[in-house]
Amino acid sequence: MSLLAARRVKVAYGGIHAVRGVDLEIAEGELVCLIGANGAGKSSFLKGVMGLVHAHGEIQLGAQRISGLPTHAIARLGIALVPEGRGVFGRLSVRENLEMGAFTRKDKTGIRDDLDKVFGLFPRLAERSRQAAGTLSGGEQQMLAIGRALMSRPRLLLLDEPSMGLAPLMVHKIYATIADIAAQGVTILLVEQNANLALKTSQKAYVMESGVIRLHGPSAELAQDPMVRAAYLGE
Amino acid sequence: MLDGLRRHPTLVFIALGILLAVLPFLTGATLGNSWVRVLDFVLLYIILALGLNIVVGYAGLLDLGYVAFYALGAYLYAWLASPHFGIHLPFWAVLPLGAALAGLFGVLLGAPTLRLRGDYLAIVTLGFGEIIRIFMNNLDHPVNVTNGPQGINQIDPVSLGGFAFAGRHEVLGMTITGPYFYYYLFLAFTLASIFIAMRLQHSRIGRAWAAIREDEVAAAAMGINTRNVKLLAFAMGAAFGGLAGGLFASFQGFISPESFNLWESILILCMIVLGGMGHIPGVILGAILLTVLPEALRYIGDWQRAALGHVVVDPNDLRMLVFGLALVLMMIYRPAGMIPSRQRKREFAAEDGVAEQEQASLYDTKA
Repeated sequence: MSLLAARRVKVAYGGIHAVRGVDLEIAEGELVCLIGANGAGKSSFLKGVMGLVHAHGEIQLGAQRISGLPTHAIARLGIALVPEGRGVFGRLSVRENLEMGAFTRKDKTGIRDDLDKVFGLFPRLAERSRQAAGTLSGGEQQMLAIGRALMSRPRLLLLDEPSMGLAPLMVHKIYATIADIAAQGVTILLVEQNANLALKTSQKAYVMESGVIRLHGPSAELAQDPMVRAAYLGE
Repeated sequence: MLDGLRRHPTLVFIALGILLAVLPFLTGATLGNSWVRVLDFVLLYIILALGLNIVVGYAGLLDLGYVAFYALGAYLYAWLASPHFGIHLPFWAVLPLGAALAGLFGVLLGAPTLRLRGDYLAIVTLGFGEIIRIFMNNLDHPVNVTNGPQGINQIDPVSLGGFAFAGRHEVLGMTITGPYFYYYLFLAFTLASIFIAMRLQHSRIGRAWAAIREDEVAAAAMGINTRNVKLLAFAMGAAFGGLAGGLFASFQGFISPESFNLWESILILCMIVLGGMGHIPGVILGAILLTVLPEALRYIGDWQRAALGHVVVDPNDLRMLVFGLALVLMMIYRPAGMIPSRQRKREFAAEDGVAEQEQASLYDTKA
């Protein structure tokens, strides 16, 4: 059974239909990417899954229907979101940010272990643990946002454009870490404009265009698809 | 010297305790009895500022109508302990009711404004504050609930076991008046408020408030029920206001809508901003300064007479001018407040990136 199953999901802002019927499935342990041009509706779909905007249709996490639930309830069921633009708590310290990620957890020793794990994943965050999150560089903030999401021990991690606004070297680093996290068994849905990177990192891919899924399949195959190559890989 | 003080916290506490215990007598003997009243108001404003600080400082919700809760607490006290309705309940019964009523209204104000942030929230709360005041001003007919602009007088003073906190009493050969007794009563409530505000800040709820203040979307994604947590901030802050209102009514013995105008809300907000938003010592200092300063500036007239032989500018005009100037200078030289919190200090010391982010979250209305 799939971990996340979305059926005929629609998201509309007033009269504007950003997502017009998306079907998408993610199996346990998979790294799936959702690629598409700016304005294709990728982020809106992600927000719909997280309950940040109202989504029509069916969304299930395992056997549980999550469409219609408020965001905090969805988070408590095990979905963690790394929002577009990172959304770190700027005036709280790096450590406080990470602790906030474990807000719903009660197991103190488990939280401490996970904190060490995140610091192991991102040694830079350990060095700056007492610094205000808002004073970090863009790349460091992205690391923090990912680390914070991991602190909830999510069943599913949603990443919204983790490469946005970062220097190429930093993008490379972030993607190496995303691959590491996936290798540890965390299920990930990655939304990305940078199709090249996303297809290289993921196992399965969905291509979104004007609110609908155009293509989907194994990432390696899609990377060879002439239409994908022409439209998204610049060839 | 500060280091020395830090090494002996118990000594500092004992010294502070003794100072607080003798302060009204010290003040009365040196500055006169009118200053004991000022002292009482300092304590009252500390409670108010601590309450508003929960909403504005902790949760980041800009509330410009805070005085409405103060008014509700005061009017409830007047209704339940004065000849107006002929009800005379004891203060220990009325005060919690006032805090509860204000808290309920806090939720009523909070519920429709949940999706608003920053400027928009400020405008709605400002309107709410005015609505309450205008209601109090006009609810004298068809049924006389508030006695309109004339206000309600002869409100019962606080009395403990038959001992009224008003008039003159002979204690240990000294003549002691109401403001002295109220000082100790207010001090007890102030200390309790400080304790509660401190505990709240470091609680789970306090951390949730901080997260919402920084980024509401991310806070929800952490599993925080942003709706309930915001409503709780409004309710808690309002309850402090309601409590202070009840204390005010019993102390003054008279209330009217005029005491609860927009200026009061602004003044309490200034105390927080000036002292250091979100930081309890800063908020307390802000409340002390902004209560004492306008009173002290009344002496401008005397100084003029002493220096020039006659009063050139009416002290009442000059008073507010100097007050405004002091605020402007403060904000230029100490923008994070007199005693800023660790977090605010970081914000103002940080590079442009943070300022940008601050702007973005301040004007983020999507929520």
